[in-house]
Amino acid sequence: MTQETLKVTIDRGPDTAHVQTVFDVPAYTNQTVLDVVSWVQQNADPTLSYRYACRVGMCGSCAMMVNGVPRWTCRTHISKVLRGNAVTIAPLRNLPVIKDLAVDMDPFFDKWVAAEGVHHGALTRDDPIAPVDTSTAARAVADAGIECINCSVCYAACDTVTANDDYLGPAALQRAWTLLNDAKDDGRAAILDAVSDKGGCHNCHSIGSCTTYCPNDLDPMSAIAGLKRETAKSLFQRWR
Amino acid sequence: MLNLRLYMLQRVTALLMAPLVLGHLAVMIYAVQGGLSAGEILGRTQGSILWFAFYGTFAAAVAVHGAIGLRSIACEWVGLRGRALDAFMWLTGLSLFAMGARAVWAVTFA
Amino acid sequence: MRATGVTARAHPLWLAYILHRLSGLGLALFLPLHFWVLALAMTDPARLDGFLRLTEASAIKLAEFGLVFLLAVHMFGGLRLMALEWLPWTASQKTLAASAAAVSFLIATLFLLKAV
Repeated sequence: MTQETLKVTIDRGPDTAHVQTVFDVPAYTNQTVLDVVSWVQQNADPTLSYRYACRVGMCGSCAMMVNGVPRWTCRTHISKVLRGNAVTIAPLRNLPVIKDLAVDMDPFFDKWVAAEGVHHGALTRDDPIAPVDTSTAARAVADAGIECINCSVCYAACDTVTANDDYLGPAALQRAWTLLNDAKDDGRAAILDAVSDKGGCHNCHSIGSCTTYCPNDLDPMSAIAGLKRETAKSLFQRWR
Repeated sequence: MLNLRLYMLQRVTALLMAPLVLGHLAVMIYAVQGGLSAGEILGRTQGSILWFAFYGTFAAAVAVHGAIGLRSIACEWVGLRGRALDAFMWLTGLSLFAMGARAVWAVTFA
Repeated sequence: MRATGVTARAHPLWLAYILHRLSGLGLALFLPLHFWVLALAMTDPARLDGFLRLTEASAIKLAEFGLVFLLAVHMFGGLRLMALEWLPWTASQKTLAASAAAVSFLIATLFLLKAV
């Protein structure tokens, strides 16, 4: 029996004049999209650039556009995305391409910081460790949000990010919402200010691609809605 | 491109207009029966403080709401930024308001 | 070379978004005409009657149906959006989006039935 092959098209850049973009890759019964990309790099074209680390869906470094949809490639089985026996793989949308499938994640993490997605501590090492009440609704929200692995799939899925480069995007805003609900974080005023700026949560049109494509089943759209409610409430409190 | 203030203005005018739109839809469905005429429309609205308040509020709210909505589109689909975007929003809003106010005045007290 | 387009938009909330945006744009473009025609009541009443007689034509009736649909779909789409943002719902958004469109269509159809 002859082994089946997959027809794999890879978007390559920035210098695309003389590089191979279509590859025949042997099919295996147990094969992820990342396995396919790795096969190409190891057996067909060692100059192919791409990024991965953990291969088990924890590090958030291997996301790519697969047939036009952003996915974590290490946890996406190739059989789920094949069209016939073909698949196209491209670098993540909304981020500058460094080479081939490796994008520059700097804008993504810069916005993470711009949304005040950093820890705002209120205690010092001399204070006793603050107890965390795990039964509150706010804690449940924070517990969900901290599962984000910064893979940028939501950022790549978002049309509002594409259209407005100031927009902080779903991941950074969800981080802000997570910290706002975290009893250990003391940055409420700073966070609400950061997400009310011109690139803030109010630019979101609730298109919901972030929530649709998040590989960890998180819900950035609802997190952003939460920020809209909290900023609106704080506005009314300021008026009173 | 939208800050908290513009966002709130957009939502507040939307909430204000929701019942007005329902009223407007009802009036349209009622008025269109048997054809439209200037006499019929003016007979209903002329000299009426109530219709003036109804459509006056409507026109003012839609000027604000439309200007902010078009601002989003001008930013995201046309690429306007900064002062050009602000100028576009104000121009749109003031024009809509002027034309709306003129129309409301025309069918009530002119 | 670009190997793929973006297909990440193929979900109901994206459709709700684009419907809301296009209906809003359509209404904003129609408003100046609407205001101008009504202002004729003050400046040129005979011409206003001329315009209103146009509404008897079936092509214009169809355009009016379109406008009423835009208005209704934009209002229900907007209420859906505010419910989604301000009432902390997570599920049933898609159902809401769909029923918003359905109700709009119903209202527009009612208008058409009354108008003809």
